Amino acid sequence: MAVLRPAGEFDQSYAYDMATIRRRWQWIALGLFLLALYALPLYASPSLVSFVNRAAMTIVAVQGLNILTGYTGQISLGQAAFMTTGGYISALLMIHAGLPFLLALPLAALGAGLVGLIFGLPSLRVKGFYLAMSTLAAQFIIPWFVRNAFPKVLNGTQGLNVPPPEVLGIVFNAPTRYLYLSLSVLVVTTVVAHNVARSRLGRALVAIRDQDLAAELLGINLFKYKLQAFFLAAVYAGLSGSLFAHHLRHLNSETFNLTDSVLLMGMLVVGGLGTSLGPILGTVLVLLILELATVAGPTVATIFPGTAASTVQALRPLFFGVVLMLFLIFEPRGLAHRWKLMKAAWRLRPFSH
Amino acid sequence: MNWQLLPQFAVSGLLAGGPIALMALGLVLIFKASYIFNFAQGQMMLLGTLVTWWLAVERGLPMWAAIPLALAFSALLGLAIERVALRPMTGQPLLAIILMTLALGQALQGLSLLLFGGAQRNFPQLFAAGNPYRIVTPWVINERQVILILKQNLVWSFVVAIVGVALIALLFQFTRTGLAMRATSEDHELAQGIGLRINRIFGISWALAGVVATTGGILLATSSGLDVSLSIVVLAAFPAVLLGGLDSIPGVIVGGLLIGLSQGAVSASKVQLVRNAAEIVPYIVLMIVLLIRPEGLFGRKRVERI
Repeated sequence: MAVLRPAGEFDQSYAYDMATIRRRWQWIALGLFLLALYALPLYASPSLVSFVNRAAMTIVAVQGLNILTGYTGQISLGQAAFMTTGGYISALLMIHAGLPFLLALPLAALGAGLVGLIFGLPSLRVKGFYLAMSTLAAQFIIPWFVRNAFPKVLNGTQGLNVPPPEVLGIVFNAPTRYLYLSLSVLVVTTVVAHNVARSRLGRALVAIRDQDLAAELLGINLFKYKLQAFFLAAVYAGLSGSLFAHHLRHLNSETFNLTDSVLLMGMLVVGGLGTSLGPILGTVLVLLILELATVAGPTVATIFPGTAASTVQALRPLFFGVVLMLFLIFEPRGLAHRWKLMKAAWRLRPFSH
Repeated sequence: MNWQLLPQFAVSGLLAGGPIALMALGLVLIFKASYIFNFAQGQMMLLGTLVTWWLAVERGLPMWAAIPLALAFSALLGLAIERVALRPMTGQPLLAIILMTLALGQALQGLSLLLFGGAQRNFPQLFAAGNPYRIVTPWVINERQVILILKQNLVWSFVVAIVGVALIALLFQFTRTGLAMRATSEDHELAQGIGLRINRIFGISWALAGVVATTGGILLATSSGLDVSLSIVVLAAFPAVLLGGLDSIPGVIVGGLLIGLSQGAVSASKVQLVRNAAEIVPYIVLMIVLLIRPEGLFGRKRVERI
């Protein structure tokens, strides 16, 4: 679809053509939106604050998956394992090395990225669902390692008690405070992800996704770029995992599991693969649906009284699975594509096309 | 390595490989026909086994009635899944199809939990719980006679599983439907060209996969009880499928037995850490297979290489 610009707006300079945010009102709207998000604890209910906090941390992991799956087309079922890696690294660095949180967070991201590289190595030889299998192996091997290796440090199945982060003397130990931390990370990761996608790296990744042989003929080193995609995806997962670990204050090998990997993948598809907006829309929608399961639980429990104890547990995967199936059949390009269509329709109004 | 225990663990591992082979067979059936790798196989198995349990225990049907009814249900479930979820995905990219089966798995998991609850339950014994078989082997290790002790239900599960795989293999080799299925797995367009209705073949494959899954689930449930975590057991069958070759029915048996055997051998180790590794051995095997021989032992070379 051609880029639809509002009537009377022309690209008069290259910088203006390339800009993501083009007009003054857009800057103002973005500023107001961010202000409203940051000020959330002042006016919103605690449950909404905690929801936005969780959504912000999850979006970071989905953005990483978007670089790997959305732009590069490599299927990964191991994102949650890299979250585990990141969470453990930053927790251990704070507990044993006494590092401040602001140092432990990037180191955790880096460490998760390096582990991601190892599990990205098979992408040299296989693709498609063979690759899905090898990332699935990461999802088993990493938690096993955490459970069994170095029991004195990693504490086996018991897991770790994670200290809350402290930045500039402020201890972030409640969702109302933690929100500032996760939102700040999210803003940075969103800007980075959006700009990676339109840099040389991002264009190379898209070329690999669309036709890998052609990409290689264009002079793109497949292996190098795929590993970079794996690295970036795992770095994002590490950031997200570290944020989650310090928020939950407890971490074990099952905190992020295979179901979470599937959930992250589903969020990405529901939002829209290969778009900057997709991870945000998809994560929020899927998390809302999971909330709906919690709300609808007691009502459904009256219909199935025999299994009332596990109704909420049952409804969450059921709702998620059905919604993902519907999206795959009816809107495989996700919410971001719908949003684009809506914008185009608005600009062409009153004509249909 | 504890040589004294090795034969015992190796044989137990081999026996455990029978149900793994059966689960792997369900995956291969669908893959052969439609090139879809079914990540929802575990959840199909779970739902089918729970229905068997419900018919036999809650409804009080005798096993000879409950099992065929449950198998019929599983076949219908497979048909329904193919029609409702997978047929709209024809021609879609691989990622979408993988996600479809994953989503299907989540939905079926939720449905099973909603209908039957998450409690651990006892599954009726299929095979008489007689004394374990004692096999006195002629070998002597460390100056002691090696005696193998085999639980009866493990042995019979193994036999049923292998007979099941053999039946499906015969069906493929000697019936008209089997011939049509083999033709479809060769080339979809050519198969359509000679007048085969490939949608029906896909449907049959899914129905068969459902039946195979439920059979495997029943065998596992008789030996180790039944709860919602049954669906996770299939994850051990993924490496077996890749090891044997994705489109090879004999490969399923070899792959399943090798996975079981390797798990058993690792469990015989003297080192605690190595013993604990039994749960991830299939995945280590998987990584090795992917790096060295992605098409598996018996599979046709169709891996998209880069």
